[in-house]
Amino acid sequence: MYQYSNFDHEFVAQRVAQFRAQVARRLDGSLSEEEFKPLRLMNGLYLQLHAYMLRVAIPYGTLNSRQMDQLAMIAERWDKGYGHFTTRQNIQFNWPKLEDVPNILQALADVEMHAIQTSGNTIRNVTADHFAGAAADEIADPRPIAELIRQWSTDHPEFQFLPRKFKIAVTGSPHDRAVTQAHDIGLRMTEQNGMRGFEVIVGGGLGRTPMIGKTLSPFVPLEDLLPYLEAVVSTYNLLGRRDNKYKARIKITTHEHGIDKIKQKVDAQFAKIKPMFSGADLQLLKDIERHFELPKLKPANAPAGAAQTIAQTPAFRAWLDTNITAHKVPSYAIVSVSLKKPGATPGDASAAQMRALAQIARNFGHDALRISHEQNVILPYVHLADLPQVYQALRQADLATANIGLISDIIACPGMDYCALATARSIPVAQQIATRFEALKLEHDIGPLKLKISGCINACGHHHVGHIGILGLEKAGVESYQITLGGDAGAEAEIGTRAGPGFGADEIVPAIERLILGYLHLRADENESFLAAYRRLGLAPFKALLYPQAKKAA
Amino acid sequence: MSVTPISKVVTANDLRSGEVIYLRFPHLWTPELSKASVITDDDLAQAGLAFARGQANIVVGAYLSDVITEADGTKASHFRETFRSTGPSNYRHGKQEI
Repeated sequence: MYQYSNFDHEFVAQRVAQFRAQVARRLDGSLSEEEFKPLRLMNGLYLQLHAYMLRVAIPYGTLNSRQMDQLAMIAERWDKGYGHFTTRQNIQFNWPKLEDVPNILQALADVEMHAIQTSGNTIRNVTADHFAGAAADEIADPRPIAELIRQWSTDHPEFQFLPRKFKIAVTGSPHDRAVTQAHDIGLRMTEQNGMRGFEVIVGGGLGRTPMIGKTLSPFVPLEDLLPYLEAVVSTYNLLGRRDNKYKARIKITTHEHGIDKIKQKVDAQFAKIKPMFSGADLQLLKDIERHFELPKLKPANAPAGAAQTIAQTPAFRAWLDTNITAHKVPSYAIVSVSLKKPGATPGDASAAQMRALAQIARNFGHDALRISHEQNVILPYVHLADLPQVYQALRQADLATANIGLISDIIACPGMDYCALATARSIPVAQQIATRFEALKLEHDIGPLKLKISGCINACGHHHVGHIGILGLEKAGVESYQITLGGDAGAEAEIGTRAGPGFGADEIVPAIERLILGYLHLRADENESFLAAYRRLGLAPFKALLYPQAKKAA
Repeated sequence: MSVTPISKVVTANDLRSGEVIYLRFPHLWTPELSKASVITDDDLAQAGLAFARGQANIVVGAYLSDVITEADGTKASHFRETFRSTGPSNYRHGKQEI
């Protein structure tokens, strides 16, 4: 993985020192909250419902064991012993004290991490396919490009005060696991006449006005990518609205001006700035690529006696069925570690679990860890013969839940349990649905299903692109939950359709249960997934399941 | 029909810890809603808010929050304020820690 250069070290150290001085000035009264707030947000520090929250960037979701150990240390020393992994592949600490934050940032800098540009109207942490570098289906590892974009966008003087926040996602695989069509810019690696490049998608986004991104260019050669991105962001910087924050994202700019006009302006800007890119960016990319070479894969450790016994158990085989993905090297596997044990908070890991993951990565995983936007942890390089031992170690850390891609593998934002913007809680709904379906013992019969929950219209829980989406709102002074159906986060992304009126907090789990039990009757056969059945049958029969009273009244 | 007067408390977050706090007249801050001064007089409410906003080095984001006074104490009138007064529902953290 990428290792900081002297420049990176110095830059991050400077920012820590600056923020330390800013916090001291806030605490001694030299800075007002009005003056301090933009400074703390530049460093990822929010004030939430019950406490401060520090959002730490995990660039393109990639971590090594030393970094994971450090996150565990931070969680124990300065927080409440856990961290929350987010749909932006970041980690959030929910309880830091203001005066401790400079020390936390220093501890992050010690392991080449930071919280810069995890907030504010800037280019945020670049996200990527969480299987990048290991997936059997990818053209190439997209992370060198993601790192190049991170370096280009960090402290970019032109892009520190954009009309609104700006999110870029990259995938190197045609099977989109990075939800590129729901980002301000989505990059999909392609090849044309033996040349590598990217399809550039703009104007996707969820939030209060969900939109699927549109292709701005079907192919931008690799050597033109950075000037092209600079042209896009610079066009948006001038054209994007600043009069209304709800209309300021590039999706609205694209919608209001039309993709053709945006393309015209981007092309003109590209022609202007391309000559200024002397090739230093490509030289830098070459240097970065060296950091992302496939690790020298080791032979498997000989399975111990206990591990051989485990390999025979149904629990292990169930875990293999759901939590393992094909690797580009046939003797290896990608392991997805579920942070969705039924009843637990989606995306949360205790310090002990973080340390266990770090240790497993050291022992069996070439020191590599990834965070997925689905709030799970990935071990991207595990030898097939090591799987029983990895499973055993995960089980000891209470991390062996076999539910990846199933109904209890729920994405949920922190919702009103933590977030100051939320309009309803998400976590208890996720906990109750997962617990209920575990009790019904139906999860594996139901098969692949993406259930995503957001606690407000900002849609951090990606509810619009869930096969089943749940949106928590306030209605008449109580929490109310709207269901959307038929969303899809994959290569052909789709926004779900609102099924009807919302459900009260005590009605939402029974409504989901009716929907799923009904689906089991509606599906053509056991291989027809929920999404496939929905696409075949349309909204009506599913709506009838959700609102049986309406059917009776009719 | 008589209209029940709207009772209010002054609430904010503690600058250092971020914890939810409430004003207890004349000039104390308490983390417990039950110990907050319940205000029914509008002028007094504005005076309390002005006092809180003057404490910029102790508290952040002060505002008036509606409450209901019941036999067993002061309750927030909106569920968001209830969560602020109790803490998250997934762990016994914050105000639920003993």
